[in-house]
Amino acid sequence: MKRRSFLKGTLAGSAVAVAAGAGLLSPRSVLAAWPESAFNAKSVQDAMSSLFGTADNKASGNIKIKAPDIAENGAVVPVTVNTSIAGASAIAIIAEKNGQPLAANFELASNAKGTVSTRIKMGKTMDVIAVVKAGGALHTARKNVKVTIGGCGG
Amino acid sequence: MAKTIRIRAKASGGATTVKALITHPMETGLRKDKKTGDKIPAHYITEVKCEHAGKTVVNAQWGPAVSKNPYLSFAFTGAKSGDTVKLTWVDNKGKSESADAKIK
Repeated sequence: MKRRSFLKGTLAGSAVAVAAGAGLLSPRSVLAAWPESAFNAKSVQDAMSSLFGTADNKASGNIKIKAPDIAENGAVVPVTVNTSIAGASAIAIIAEKNGQPLAANFELASNAKGTVSTRIKMGKTMDVIAVVKAGGALHTARKNVKVTIGGCGG
Repeated sequence: MAKTIRIRAKASGGATTVKALITHPMETGLRKDKKTGDKIPAHYITEVKCEHAGKTVVNAQWGPAVSKNPYLSFAFTGAKSGDTVKLTWVDNKGKSESADAKIK
């Protein structure tokens, strides 16, 4: 029994180490690399941790998501994220229930304003989550969008 | 090849707003061809970079969940009208294209 729990402990430990390693090596500093694991992640938590190195986040009232309450066509959902958080270095847009939740990540230089907009695909009715990275911490906001016709697949 | 990028930049109130439209299929790789039932291979833009005066202002990483013929807009400070902004995209097949625009 002891041996079993010991094994479990080490396995869990190594998994954490791997996750931390991935976080450290994530291409924040290397602009050319595309964060494949973050885009392939199947859950919001995984996407956040492989993109930003941590999934710790807190809800913030300083992020505004502009998206339709009801999107007739899930293939084209306009989303605008606007934040007044100072020193925002990245804004990620996540569609919570898509097969691969991470839709886009925008890295902002210091002179870029905290506003990005784009159009994303959404499979069904779900929350759009905006993640703003500022000073090493993650701030999030979410908005529910009802989708009448899904936009993934044909 | 036909131009795939339409970009517009406008300075007002100290900030420059850039809007761009890119013509691209943005295939997710999950869709099936209705006639043959074969999967349509994934083909989407992975990175979009915007530069002003040799410096990157915004570097976006996209997944297949960005809509077909993507639109993006953002704003930045420190540029004046008459400057040039340059936008470059790269897709998952390694194709890339860039275009520039004068800030109005």
